[in-house]
Amino acid sequence: MKLHSILTGAALALGLAASGAMAQDKTKVGFIYVGPVGDFGWSYEHNEGRLAVEEAFGDSVETVFQESVPEGADAERVMTQMALSGADLIFSTSFGYMDPTLNVAAKFPDVKFEHATGFKRADNVSTYSARFYEGRAVIGHIAGKMTETNTVGYIASFPIPEVIRGINSAYIHAKKVNPDVEFKVVWVYTWFDPAKEADAANALIEQGADVIMQHTDSTAPMTIAEEKGIVAFGQASDMKNFGPTAQLTAIIDDWAPYYVSRVKAVMDGTWESTDTWDGIEPGMVAFAEMSDKIPADVRAEAEQMIEDIKSGAYHPFSGPLNKQDGSAWLAEGETADDGTLAGMNFYVEGLEGEIPQ
Amino acid sequence: MIALEKRPAPSRAWSMATPFLAVLLTMIAGGIMFAILGKDPFAAIRTIFYDPLFNAQFASYSRPQLLVKAGPLILIAIGLSLGFRAGIWNIGAEGQYIIGAICGAATGLAFYPMESWIILPLMIIAGALGGLLWAMVPALLKTLFNTNEILVSLLMVYIAEQLLAAMALGALRSPDGGGFPGSRNLQQYPSAHNAELIAGTGLHLGVIAALIAVIMAYILLSRHMLGFHIQLAGSAPKAARFAGAKPGLLVVTCMGISGGLAGLAGLFEVAGPAGQISIDFNSGYGFTAIIVAFLGRLNPIGILLAGLLMALTYIGGELAQFTLGLPAASIQAFQGMLLFFLLGVDMLTNFRLRWKTKGAV
Repeated sequence: MKLHSILTGAALALGLAASGAMAQDKTKVGFIYVGPVGDFGWSYEHNEGRLAVEEAFGDSVETVFQESVPEGADAERVMTQMALSGADLIFSTSFGYMDPTLNVAAKFPDVKFEHATGFKRADNVSTYSARFYEGRAVIGHIAGKMTETNTVGYIASFPIPEVIRGINSAYIHAKKVNPDVEFKVVWVYTWFDPAKEADAANALIEQGADVIMQHTDSTAPMTIAEEKGIVAFGQASDMKNFGPTAQLTAIIDDWAPYYVSRVKAVMDGTWESTDTWDGIEPGMVAFAEMSDKIPADVRAEAEQMIEDIKSGAYHPFSGPLNKQDGSAWLAEGETADDGTLAGMNFYVEGLEGEIPQ
Repeated sequence: MIALEKRPAPSRAWSMATPFLAVLLTMIAGGIMFAILGKDPFAAIRTIFYDPLFNAQFASYSRPQLLVKAGPLILIAIGLSLGFRAGIWNIGAEGQYIIGAICGAATGLAFYPMESWIILPLMIIAGALGGLLWAMVPALLKTLFNTNEILVSLLMVYIAEQLLAAMALGALRSPDGGGFPGSRNLQQYPSAHNAELIAGTGLHLGVIAALIAVIMAYILLSRHMLGFHIQLAGSAPKAARFAGAKPGLLVVTCMGISGGLAGLAGLFEVAGPAGQISIDFNSGYGFTAIIVAFLGRLNPIGILLAGLLMALTYIGGELAQFTLGLPAASIQAFQGMLLFFLLGVDMLTNFRLRWKTKGAV
């Protein structure tokens, strides 16, 4: 392996040197997605980001992608093959690609890697994510106002900090405007499985939920909400086509500006390993059009909250807040630090049920 | 008109020819599908079947990967084929694979960070035992209460998946993971790492185990009394009983062997290519192995070739996706065609086509 990796490294370095010398050579950018690009959720938005890169750089860039790549050993092979095919920059767009990304990056020191939602970096591995919890705060507020049964159904994927953060953020803001609100959380252990997600939505509705939130990537829960005549929030992407009357709004992940800037950095030779965590203000988290079903005053409050988060006047995790077990977390006037948020593995006070252990 | 006529005995020639014919038909039908998708069918077929082996840019990496991908498929399929021959349907290899990985990884992690040569062998034993015991549940329920082993073994997969999630989130979660699920990476723990035996070849212990399993299964089926009982139980259960085969014992033996081998495959995967117990560690090897077993005609040598062919379609399929922009679903459809044509053409082993004029009997 040693000699082999040195050789590939050397061959690659040669290739890169040559591409630097010949300016007409294209920068090759690879993307791997955990779901199909047609999930109309998470992977779809990453692919939109890829298309934006093509749009921005035209003939000077070549993009390749691979969809539905399982997290684990398969991802490692896919990324290696992309690197061997001459990719200069590879975006691995799911949490489970973390260790494979690091492994492949170690073998190809001249290729740059960008891993979404992870926490391990290297000289040629950056991480990036969006502050989805800012969006969750806004839809939590709307959900608290809109629910009549005081029951919000929440379809959660995996009990990782990103998802737990979203549940906490939504709950805190629903509770603030509706002290009687209850959250029912179903863990489906998948990012993309329309059948499982639909089952979860149906189960939640049977338990009395009249507002559905999801942290999974398919449009199935939105479709069920539409069928059952209740309301829901789109996830990662505008899901209005799948719930024309059901969708109240959606949290949209807009990766395009980030992807364009990172590709530009590779082209300019200014790329450095960084950790990016952007929210509403730079536009990484955005919202779909708010439905007419939301009363005007609620919509105004939601829009005010968006402005306040943007300006930094409001942090979604502001004290006083207690943990689920009643112990103090944030005192009055205190806001959560990024370190705690990044590793969040506890519910806030008031949430029922347990995080799967 | 065409009519089907049962052959007096299965045709040996067709039995040999069907896998090749099925591959050929898959290439044609798949080529048509790729053409409809607006891609060059010849380029697509070449990328899937030729590039992983011979393309100068990729082959040095993808050829060894073929072994990495085929190893667990072959190991599991060999075990399944014994049961399938005897009419014992273990559909739950995926679950046994998961449990093998959990038991093996847990054994290794229990010693962390001690370094000793004994750790990996202990993990291998634990992995095989884990898979074996998981398979004993459907086996014993069948022998004692006559339950259906297809259903029980399949349902045990879902239990195993939940257990896997619980382990990744709880008992086996890495203390250094910052609250994220997933165990320590065994690749970074030398005593527990199932590393490549010869660098750059993809050859790890799991591949060796698969090759040994092929040879052992071949000897078992052709030279051993148990192999004779297995074959007889599948084709003529009553005769098998007269020949001294005990049906209950046969069920336990076949399920045990297939479970143990699936568990081994899981252990070698988690300690090697995958590296860690994560919530979605399993990626369908246990189910794909069923296809491999049938594609290989339940014959050890056939399974060896079928496993390699299946691995080739995976790796070539991945290449085709990002070099030609083929959708992932079209690759899955392509793999599905392979099984479809195999089963379709297989009919010609037992039947022959006859032209019949109207009115003829």
